[in-house]
Amino acid sequence: MGLSLELAGIYKTYNGHEILRDCSWVFEEGLTYALMGLNGTGKSTLLRICALLETPDQGRVSYLADQKPLAPDLELRRRLTLLLPGVGVFNTSVFNNVAYGLKIRSVKRREIEKRVMAILDVVGLAHKRRERALDLSTGQAKRLGLARAMVLEPEVILLDEPTASIDQENTEIIEGIIRKMKAEGKATIILVTHDPAQAARLGDKLLLIQDGRLLPG
Amino acid sequence: MDTIFQGFISAFKLMAALDPTLLQIIWLSLKVSGGALVLAILLGLPLGALLALKRLPLRGLILSVVNTGMGLPPVVVGLFVYLLLSRSGPLGFMELLYTPGAMIIAQFVLACPIVTSLSHTAIVNVNPIIRQAARVLGANPLQEALTVIREARYGIMTGGIAGLGRVTAEVGAVLMVGGNIAGYTRVMTTTIALETDKGNFDLAIALGVILLGLSLIINVALRAFQRLGRASSGVVLWD
Ligand SMILES: Nc1ncnc2c1ncn2[C@@H]1O[C@H](COP(=O)(O)OP(=O)(O)O)[C@@H](O)[C@H]1O
Ligand SMILES: [Mg+2]
Repeated sequence: MGLSLELAGIYKTYNGHEILRDCSWVFEEGLTYALMGLNGTGKSTLLRICALLETPDQGRVSYLADQKPLAPDLELRRRLTLLLPGVGVFNTSVFNNVAYGLKIRSVKRREIEKRVMAILDVVGLAHKRRERALDLSTGQAKRLGLARAMVLEPEVILLDEPTASIDQENTEIIEGIIRKMKAEGKATIILVTHDPAQAARLGDKLLLIQDGRLLPG
Repeated sequence: MDTIFQGFISAFKLMAALDPTLLQIIWLSLKVSGGALVLAILLGLPLGALLALKRLPLRGLILSVVNTGMGLPPVVVGLFVYLLLSRSGPLGFMELLYTPGAMIIAQFVLACPIVTSLSHTAIVNVNPIIRQAARVLGANPLQEALTVIREARYGIMTGGIAGLGRVTAEVGAVLMVGGNIAGYTRVMTTTIALETDKGNFDLAIALGVILLGLSLIINVALRAFQRLGRASSGVVLWD
């Protein structure tokens, strides 16, 4: 029981520039898609549209469970998440950052504690839980963002360059986590990356954005 | 020279002896300014947040009015609150003129624009990525707004402290609507003005020193909040 995602004829224009044109794809549940493309080709834009942060000018974004399309409401939004390229760390402790999504879902305090600590262990930030999240290094902040997303056990997880501009060590940790998520097979993953080797390592399917179009890679 | 020196000596004696008149004046000052600040935050913070987060009609005009209000001369505020509360004024029936209540209203009018404007600025300046992060983590619209407001909390506190600084230092408005009645509406600034006028420097100096100390504390707090509000350097990932 997961979610699949269907894009049909997506167009998006910014300031008269057509960034995405006629993008269509079916993302099957439980698979990992690696999305590549040159800088500024609209990868982040496409992920924001998939995350329901933005609406396309034309076309349809549908999430389906058991082939049935779901209404784009809060309930659906809470089954998916996006790791933003800039993460968007909240000015509070590492623990509170990861607990955020659970708190706003009114999860009980004891369960929050348990789940947050478990995830912090996975991303190797348990010892930093009381520290101010804004003081983390870039690599640690990316891991925090991943933890904040994973703790929600999303059925669709959209990752926008989770290893961009961080060192080898952090990259390996993050790839390890993504591989683990893949192995569990519960989530549909769309991973934007600049690194063809990483795309090959992690992606079940490769995709490419070129001239605004979404193509098989 | 001698009078000044004598004045300081007697002032410190008053403070050391915890003189009841002195304490009463300080206590009333804190109550009036604190009360005004609480009211200013109750109105100013939601208003600043609305102006920052919603596309309200007349938003530009409201912001201009608020920003003008930041520079209102206290005597002008005193005048209008006086007219409002005087016996023939629209709120005359409340019989608030020459009471601490009137002083709270006047200082509220002085503090509110500062609190509103600085809250607005603090919230507007929160990086838009915070709002996106809240959304993708499943926030509903209210939770999203509260998250952005919470991210601005140190800037908002700066606004509160700046408002407090303004009202504790002003004399014109409270003098006009409070009347400087001994034991009832006399606060630090009005007492300093009156006692200096009468040539009684010891109480004036004692209060002056305390007011300076308060102002120092306020400024230290301001700097602390500003520092806490700044994101740490270098590692923050902007989009
Ligand atoms: N909110 C926006 N407003 C205006 N232009 C935008 C906006 N977001 C992205 N763009 C533009 O759209 C293009 C694609 O951006 P983006 O999706 O971030 O590309 P990528 O992630 O592939 O590097 C860029 O030229 C960018 O400047
Ligand atoms: Mg991008």
